[in-house]
Amino acid sequence: MPELVQALITAVKLIFTGDPEVFDITGRSLLVSGISTLLASLIFMPLGSLIYFHSFPGKRALVSIIQTLFSLPTVFVGLLVFITFSRAGPLGGLQLLFTKKAMVVGEVVLLSPIIIGLTISALSGVGQEVRDTAISLGASRFWTIVTMLREARYAIATALLVGFGRAISEVGCALMVGGNIRGSTRVLTTAMSLETSMGNIELSMALGIIIMAIALVVSVMVSRFQQR
Amino acid sequence: MIGIRSLRMVYSHKEILQDMNLDIGRGEVFALIGPSGSGKTTLLRLIDLLERPTSGTIYFDGLDTNGSEQKRLEIRRRMALVSQKPTVFNASVHDNVAYGLRVRGQRGPDLHNKVNLALESVGLGSYEHRSARTLSGGEVQRVALARAAIIEPEVLLLDEPTANLDPVSTAHIERLIAEIIQQLNTTVILATHDMAQGQRLADRVGVLMEGRMLQMGDPRDVFDLPQSRQVAAFVGVENILEGSVVSSEEGIVTIDVGGAMIEAVSNLGLGEDVSVFIRPEQVVVAPAQASSSARNVLAGKITRLTSAGALVQIEMDCGFKLVSLVTKRSIEELELQVGHRVYASFKATGVHVIRRKR
Repeated sequence: MPELVQALITAVKLIFTGDPEVFDITGRSLLVSGISTLLASLIFMPLGSLIYFHSFPGKRALVSIIQTLFSLPTVFVGLLVFITFSRAGPLGGLQLLFTKKAMVVGEVVLLSPIIIGLTISALSGVGQEVRDTAISLGASRFWTIVTMLREARYAIATALLVGFGRAISEVGCALMVGGNIRGSTRVLTTAMSLETSMGNIELSMALGIIIMAIALVVSVMVSRFQQR
Repeated sequence: MIGIRSLRMVYSHKEILQDMNLDIGRGEVFALIGPSGSGKTTLLRLIDLLERPTSGTIYFDGLDTNGSEQKRLEIRRRMALVSQKPTVFNASVHDNVAYGLRVRGQRGPDLHNKVNLALESVGLGSYEHRSARTLSGGEVQRVALARAAIIEPEVLLLDEPTANLDPVSTAHIERLIAEIIQQLNTTVILATHDMAQGQRLADRVGVLMEGRMLQMGDPRDVFDLPQSRQVAAFVGVENILEGSVVSSEEGIVTIDVGGAMIEAVSNLGLGEDVSVFIRPEQVVVAPAQASSSARNVLAGKITRLTSAGALVQIEMDCGFKLVSLVTKRSIEELELQVGHRVYASFKATGVHVIRRKR
């Protein structure tokens, strides 16, 4: 128990004295997760809208599958991306394995079902009345979709935050395709995993406090948006 | 302006509209009257091209509306629909009202001025920056009216514009609708379950029940001269009797309604089976038999008194149930009570007789 208290004190010191390593890792985590969330939403929000606005056979099954993939194991995504970018893999020639870019690719894949699924449910939450109102007031197809998305903006922002939260807190994929290289691909979660196994409890604890703080901020923002 | 030919609409094996034919002229105010679930909303949605009919055709200004989505959009942009419970966008009141013109490509200060004018005309001049989601029911209805009127539609469709409002808001909205009708000189189709509202606002009414247009015409005619039992019951004829004509002379018939004899103005012949409609306000109740010009005087006993505002409905047993509507003051002055013997009288011209369908 005294060791734990000691570790906590050291961790807080590390954070507030501005330890360069802690800041370097935190910054990289925010960057990788942020870019991943942004890219994932640019690709998968339109895709989610497309699925919502079209009816086709098997749509309900597809949506169920997408929702099931919300809890896609991160290590499985890591494995897929690893195989794809490994020297013998289909995209091995790009030499992206163990880079931040590969990590972003992994996170984007991991977030895809979340962003698609939450976009669909955000639009479903808007309701038929809004759609009818827009159409009745003379909106073209394009304007109707824009209006629906605008009406769903808080739910969509929630989807973004949920995605970001998942990206920044996962370790499996980041470790497998990033490689936890110091100063290059080391992020909060991979660093914690390594430092803990090496016995650097204080550093691990500091990183843990930071990740919890980020999670707290995200969750406060989510609940704010959901009250709108 | 609107021509409807053999229109049918079927939803999951239920016929919502059956073989509807209707013509509405340019500038006409037409009230579609009927109880909830009679198909009014479905008809308005079909006219607004929000849905396609199962069969039949709707013409808009001579154009067949059953074309491509692009063609339907062009036609739809010449109309506006205010639905029963209007949905406002989660945006400011200004942006809600501006919506119809924005999606038609209008921008800039001109648009802004139009929005302000529209908001002032519905008495929401200072509301432009308010969030539309924070408005009361009556205010939402006014925003919806402004949002529709700003488009200056050739056809304005109103679905139960006051169904969810209190009496004060209802009066306000009706006044606004009357103003819009006057200013825009637009064709209006108003769906309402409120017979009196149809009378106040419309040039012509149509009674829609169970997907069929049962009667169309001048509001006064539909009100006073219903052509079927269902319409009679809907427009507030409390006394609906069945009988047969036992004598017919010079336009006056005597009808046996099962015991009692009723005289009425009608040209129907001897032996005809008829339905007899007597509006309750036509029936005069007196404690003693007095001489009057009324052809029908029936002795009866009061079985029930029901207050409705300043009026009281009297139910009497005159061999059949007869209902009269009188003021509360009359009841008090005549000291009428349940169990009293009274005389009910009504003129032969106050009775409306139709041939009964077998």
